[in-house]
Amino acid sequence: MTPTGAAGATSTPTRADQQTAAGLGTSPQRPDGTLKVTGDFAFSSDLWAADMLWGTTLRSPHPHARVRGVETAAALAVPGVAAVLTAADVPGRNAAGLEHVDQPVLAAGRVRYAGEPVAVVAATHPETARRAAALVVVDYEVLPAVTDARAAMADDAPAVHEGGNVLRHLKVRRGDPDPHAPVVVRVDIEVGMQDQAFLGPESGLAVPDGEGGVDLYVATQWLHVDQAQVCRALGLPPEQVRLRLAGVGGAFGGREDLSMHVHACLLALRTGRPVKMVYGREESFYGHVHRHPASMRYELGAQEDGTIVYGRAETVFDGGAYASSTSAVVGNGGLMGLGPYRVPSVAVDCYGVYTNNPPCGAMRGFGCVQTAYAHEAAMDALAERVGLDPVEVRRRNGMREGDRTITGQVVDSAAPVAELVERVRDMPLPPVPSSHSFDQSPARDVRSLPGGVSNTTHGEGVVRGVGYAVTYKNVGFSEGFDDYSTARVRLRVVAGEPVASVRTAAAEVGQGLVTVLQQIAREELGVAAVVVEPADTSVGSAGSTSASRQTYVTGGAVQAACAAVRSRLLQRLETRVGPGGPWHLAGGAVVDAGGHEVASVVDVLGDDEVDETLQWRHRPTHPVDPDTGQGDAHVQFAFSAHRAVVDVDVELGLVKVVALDTAQDVGRALHPQQVLGQVHGGSAQGMGLALMEEVVVTDGLIRNPSFTDYLIPTVLDVPPMRVELLEYPDPHAPYGLRGVGEPPTISSGPAVLAAVRQASGLALRRVPVRPEHLTGT
Amino acid sequence: MTIRVSAVVNGRRRDVDEVWEGESLLYVLRERMGLPGAKNACEQGECGSCTVYLDGLPVCACLVAAGQVQDREVVTVEGLTDGESLHPVQQAFLDAGAVQCGFCTPGLVVAVHDLLGRCPRPDDLEVREALAGNLCRCTGYEAVLEAVRLAASRLGTDAAGAPDAGATRNAPGGSP
Repeated sequence: MTPTGAAGATSTPTRADQQTAAGLGTSPQRPDGTLKVTGDFAFSSDLWAADMLWGTTLRSPHPHARVRGVETAAALAVPGVAAVLTAADVPGRNAAGLEHVDQPVLAAGRVRYAGEPVAVVAATHPETARRAAALVVVDYEVLPAVTDARAAMADDAPAVHEGGNVLRHLKVRRGDPDPHAPVVVRVDIEVGMQDQAFLGPESGLAVPDGEGGVDLYVATQWLHVDQAQVCRALGLPPEQVRLRLAGVGGAFGGREDLSMHVHACLLALRTGRPVKMVYGREESFYGHVHRHPASMRYELGAQEDGTIVYGRAETVFDGGAYASSTSAVVGNGGLMGLGPYRVPSVAVDCYGVYTNNPPCGAMRGFGCVQTAYAHEAAMDALAERVGLDPVEVRRRNGMREGDRTITGQVVDSAAPVAELVERVRDMPLPPVPSSHSFDQSPARDVRSLPGGVSNTTHGEGVVRGVGYAVTYKNVGFSEGFDDYSTARVRLRVVAGEPVASVRTAAAEVGQGLVTVLQQIAREELGVAAVVVEPADTSVGSAGSTSASRQTYVTGGAVQAACAAVRSRLLQRLETRVGPGGPWHLAGGAVVDAGGHEVASVVDVLGDDEVDETLQWRHRPTHPVDPDTGQGDAHVQFAFSAHRAVVDVDVELGLVKVVALDTAQDVGRALHPQQVLGQVHGGSAQGMGLALMEEVVVTDGLIRNPSFTDYLIPTVLDVPPMRVELLEYPDPHAPYGLRGVGEPPTISSGPAVLAAVRQASGLALRRVPVRPEHLTGT
Repeated sequence: MTIRVSAVVNGRRRDVDEVWEGESLLYVLRERMGLPGAKNACEQGECGSCTVYLDGLPVCACLVAAGQVQDREVVTVEGLTDGESLHPVQQAFLDAGAVQCGFCTPGLVVAVHDLLGRCPRPDDLEVREALAGNLCRCTGYEAVLEAVRLAASRLGTDAAGAPDAGATRNAPGGSP
């Protein structure tokens, strides 16, 4: 399973004694894999129904305007158009939102960002719908827009919503309120707006049931939170709004909020026909929230030996026009804002602010990505000031198990910060090419140089740099959120074989949850055949596929439901043969402690089935104190480190990442191949933010809403990645696992930035780094 | 105004009526022929997720006007196999763990199929250059590269003496 260049899983193996075939710790093929390589997997944009219509959205061109009127008659008159709907056609409450219900489904009276939906059209052809939408006449009165987050905090700034523009101000206070230290470093840094850039655009199919209800097939991260919002807008009960997960072409946080959900349902219920909506790439940039841009001012005080005395941070997240998950992003950016270090005295202020920019919300790493750039830049500045190398300063200050975070929470499982940075330091470095003499070494292939096939250098002006970062992230929902999942597991006999069925509402978004749930059921029930049924709202909520939580929480729910099934099965056997045991299940049979078969599962079940549904919760978290930010806010932390090696053409400002190596504690790798996939993909996304990915917004307008102008890393940009997985089990988590999806996205970018900084000798206080930052032009 | 488009798609002659002249090959494949394997990630030729063969050459189906395929041959990801077994490229993507969300996968499979037909033993830089037009947001490409190595190795072993035969047997109109 180990790709070339990866060292694979190491350290503290926690394998079960008896390894079930294709059970935990192995890497079986994903059950949806064959369909995905043959083109037969049905993504949300692939759906089709007889007599279906195409929906399209008309969006505001202004970042802030009063809507004085919407005239739809010309659009309705276009042949093939079946419906044109506006805010007046929303039968329920015209509002949606994850944490604050502040966003109209269709703009009512006012638009607060460029791209806000104003009207929707259904027609027989997508081009007909687009042309009709262009005929809708909206009378806008353009209003002054506030498009700078710090400016939006001023008392006299235009109010985006009633109640002021500061959506959340989180304060963390700990230790000495007026600390002093012999060494003080200050770093101001800005991070631009990143896009999730999932490849499968927002899309889905709404099918009216003819009785006033609707079935919505949609790509999402959390069916039930969507369902609640759709119900509220449609004014219908959950029984009449059934959501079914369609194939999800990536998510990364960008599918936590609603997109076309309500619009398609409105059109379907109005026309009585199925309605398909598929965003193009440009619309996708307007159709989902982005990663918050952040402006950060950091200060670290330390002893002469580099030991941190205090940390101060002020972080401002630009939330854009609607709240989305800004409050929780502020939580992460503040509560973990000083990184995985021991900091005795703390003063952190973290703000989430409304502006008339595009709304920002969840993206992989969720508040920790931005602040990691600041705390890691500050650590490098500290290292330089006291004459330590970057690894040593992190080793010296890194959290260990039993330490307290800046909120006073005890880290009660492994926190191997020092080991992680040592491991990446000790990995082999790529060879340093000869920099001066072409006749002593073969010319370097331009594809391996900054500028690549543009052939901008053959090595002249190219300087190598190495950078490090270590970060941490909470797993699961925090601050007292009731974070649970629901699983239904059935065991029955099909064609003479025991078959387990697992049903949850958890969204498979590509990460491979469906594979892991199969493995868990195999492990717990000792049966080879496990069917993971399609996800829909007919079973209870699984919570969100986000916060690196789904293997933990829905995995925990499936484990618990399997245990309940197993218990029922063994009770049946006891009823028949009398008390015995201890028994467990393996190889399709009930076996005793010696591994001898007591009875086959087929015999115990007969024609019956065992069917258990239950909810499962991780241990509770707690809100933090509103004045001090102190409290046990999180259930688990996940740690990772990266070392980046870059070549920088300092004359042209071009960067080539040569190596991006990482070590991460995953607790236990349930599916090592998929874990590596998360680490590789997450690392590439983090690197993208450091070097090339930015939604450029000026005066509230997105200037680059396309894959021509918004650059995500290609296979020529991403270097080979060496990965070491540590497996220090978390005793509080199912199987000892740790969430794995987000950490690599957090530590990779700051390591790349540090490497570019070392190569260029420049401070580089803005991300992504652009050529002009390096050349000063 | 609408047009009729006739082409050989995956070995079978297909006639489609009432095609609006602004439609792309991608739209016609996905919405009129029931072949949604080619994907719609950017619809401007940047992501490669809609890669199909047109007369044996890989193209972005989103950049080909439907009328341009008149009387020509198209092979999509659905046409790479006989429907019973996977092509070695497809199998290698599964074995290497190169499939996550899978949205880029059909385009990548076609692109790798084409690459190995032209160049049975590519080195990593050749692979990277050949696949630079196929965006993947999930895998960081490591497993994709491993899949290409695996497929190249298996195809080379399977077709001793004719290392590219396996890779090109389904490509229409031969391979350049």
